[in-house]
Amino acid sequence: MSPVDALISGRRAPAELLLRDVHVLDPRAGIDARHDVRVSGGVLAELGAPGALEPRAGSAGESGGEGGEELIEGHGRLRLLPAFFDPHVHLRTPGQEHKEDIETGTRAAAAGGFGAVIAMPNTDPVLDSAPLLRSLRDTAAREARVPVGFLPAITRGLAGEQLTEMAELRQEGALGFTDDGHPVQSAGMLRKALQYQRLCGGVLSLHEEDRTLSRGGAMHEGAVSAALGIGGIPSVAESTMVARDAALAGHEGARVHFQHLSSAASVEAIAAARQRGWRVSAEVCPHHLLLTEQDVRTMDTRMKMYPPLATEADRVALVEGLRAGTIDCVATDHAPHAREEKEVPFEQAPMGSTGLETAFAALHTGLVLPGVIDLALLVERMTAGAALFELPTPTVAVGAPANLTLVDLDAVWVAGEHGWESRSENCCFAGRRLQGRVLMTLAAGALAHRDRALAMVAA
Amino acid sequence: MNHLISIEDLERADIERIVSQAERFAEVSDREIKTVPALRGRMVLNLFYESSTRTRSSFELAAKRLSADVVNFAASGSSVEKGESLKDTVLTLSAHKPDAIVLRTPWAGAAELVSRWCSAAIVNAGDGKHEHPTQALLDVYTLRRRVGAIDGCSIWIVGDVAHSRVARSNVLAFQRMGAKVTVAGPPTLIPRGIEQLGCEVRYTLDELPSADIVYALRMQNERMNETWVPSIREYASWYQINGARLSPHQILMHPGPVNRGVELSGEVVDSPQAVITAQVEAGVVVRMAVLYELLAGAREPRALGDGAREPAGVSALGSQPG
Repeated sequence: MSPVDALISGRRAPAELLLRDVHVLDPRAGIDARHDVRVSGGVLAELGAPGALEPRAGSAGESGGEGGEELIEGHGRLRLLPAFFDPHVHLRTPGQEHKEDIETGTRAAAAGGFGAVIAMPNTDPVLDSAPLLRSLRDTAAREARVPVGFLPAITRGLAGEQLTEMAELRQEGALGFTDDGHPVQSAGMLRKALQYQRLCGGVLSLHEEDRTLSRGGAMHEGAVSAALGIGGIPSVAESTMVARDAALAGHEGARVHFQHLSSAASVEAIAAARQRGWRVSAEVCPHHLLLTEQDVRTMDTRMKMYPPLATEADRVALVEGLRAGTIDCVATDHAPHAREEKEVPFEQAPMGSTGLETAFAALHTGLVLPGVIDLALLVERMTAGAALFELPTPTVAVGAPANLTLVDLDAVWVAGEHGWESRSENCCFAGRRLQGRVLMTLAAGALAHRDRALAMVAA
Repeated sequence: MNHLISIEDLERADIERIVSQAERFAEVSDREIKTVPALRGRMVLNLFYESSTRTRSSFELAAKRLSADVVNFAASGSSVEKGESLKDTVLTLSAHKPDAIVLRTPWAGAAELVSRWCSAAIVNAGDGKHEHPTQALLDVYTLRRRVGAIDGCSIWIVGDVAHSRVARSNVLAFQRMGAKVTVAGPPTLIPRGIEQLGCEVRYTLDELPSADIVYALRMQNERMNETWVPSIREYASWYQINGARLSPHQILMHPGPVNRGVELSGEVVDSPQAVITAQVEAGVVVRMAVLYELLAGAREPRALGDGAREPAGVSALGSQPG
């Protein structure tokens, strides 16, 4: 339906580079071997055996140069992966640029190995009209370092009372719709949006929370909230809404995507919906896969997010759901907040953690290294979000635009030790020792991120 | 001890030391001249973000009896109303170099947070629904004076546990001192998971006669508007401690202020079993002991971040297999 490309980014020079002897891993393409890879004119031009590709004549070596080709030596050790795709980030533009903007947010995405992101509409003003979408896309066309897609609101002002002009928004490039952060409480309202989807298409991406159950809560309801005297949010605030909306989608034959699952009960609700053949998909965040309510004990406001960190049993169920495919993909829910907003008592702090720059390293450290899931599965789940929003999946294939991430799986670093690309620093993994580092990201054929350590590591 | 933020941070020996010190100060209170020069030249700042008469005046009196200078700072009518953040208020007041800040806020964890921003000793005088450690200490003190050791005693804490910082501190403190604690109240006001603190949970008072000590909590009127219970009348009929429910061998406690006719009937408040006024009396000497513990012990000038628990240290990511 959309006459325009849904993903938009700033114009950047197409990449020219030769990656020599890198270990290419693209589970969908069935590649898991050492290769030479040439990117020319922003397109993956050649894939050869290690040592098979020679630097182009006139190449300026590692420093690149006019018309030259940058050379990167992988020594068979550096991994080249399809660039990750994040279906859930907050870029805070317009209106909250003190937290993040399109430039800093997409810079953070590139630093985390993401080749594209989808931005949420809970901005100020809310992204709920075509003129605003046009203006945001104009900004993205100037500033975005990686392609950005936008999900405008389902209801005007996220108020849950009146549908946005969904059809016009789709024509202007809306990827889908969401009332993220202010979930549609009324089943009748959501049903109308699901019906209207037959006209305009576009996935409805749902933040599930029954406000009558979550009101007054600031963390997961359980032993820790009881001990801290902080109002609790029960997991059923999410899972009952997942079940309700999956049933509504099934009834209308609509396509819905469930955001940032946090509980075992929600995973079960998704599995049940899939079993009935309903068109549902789901995402999970690194923090819900790696942290629990125990991490909230210190009342560190970086650990305050919605949905809240839950129990160890929930965490294990989410990991299992991701492994089994009940949950389709990883999303960061990158939610930047300014220092002064988070430097307040826990109950007063806004919800959210940044996550773009740590997602891969945290999941590699917490799930792949201990053998819980293998690297190929992680790569699959970190790229699967694109297809859910009817976008091409990043792949390592000759002729495809270069959407690639180069990582060093051995590099150990402390999250945040050298600051962040994001404008905000409220990362729940800050201070953690992580293994696995993104060295370079190519997005839509252009160099989007290059770690300062790359030349040294590669040499 | 650098700060008094949570009973969780205290060992039984710490509690006993503070209570014993309070007993020594109680002797002073009986003298004609009630002040001692222990904290002469020290400054205690009372920073209260919630209205409080008894706790604030009790801290003020305690500091004055120790010859400390006292500054009271109430959030209403201050820079706070002009939008100053907690952090900036604390930094501003810290410029006056207080030795201790007594802090009450409606927010859990605020005392802990403030302890990272300034060099003063922080005394938590109530942080939201989290803790009120000096209340628990004065309750332990009151019981020690009245019944001696409470090892093996059964203590029932009855009422609105969910919204009570007193309940949380007391569950911890009574257990540290060897008592067996049961919390009882309407299911809507008993937080899920509270049993993980080690206490028993009951939704009726059927087994109340087994208690040695009954600790009633204040039932706040605003809870009615939020429909935590159907009515005051129904609450009172099921949970009020009255002459019919209180056995003669039991001791009755309450953190005050009492709602007569709601959580307690008039006759039990006035009965000799009630130690409610003794609790108020204990407030001053126990808070003297707390200030003494924190300030008289610390001879060295306090450095910024002294005793601060910074959670941002490098740590490994949880690597347990899923």
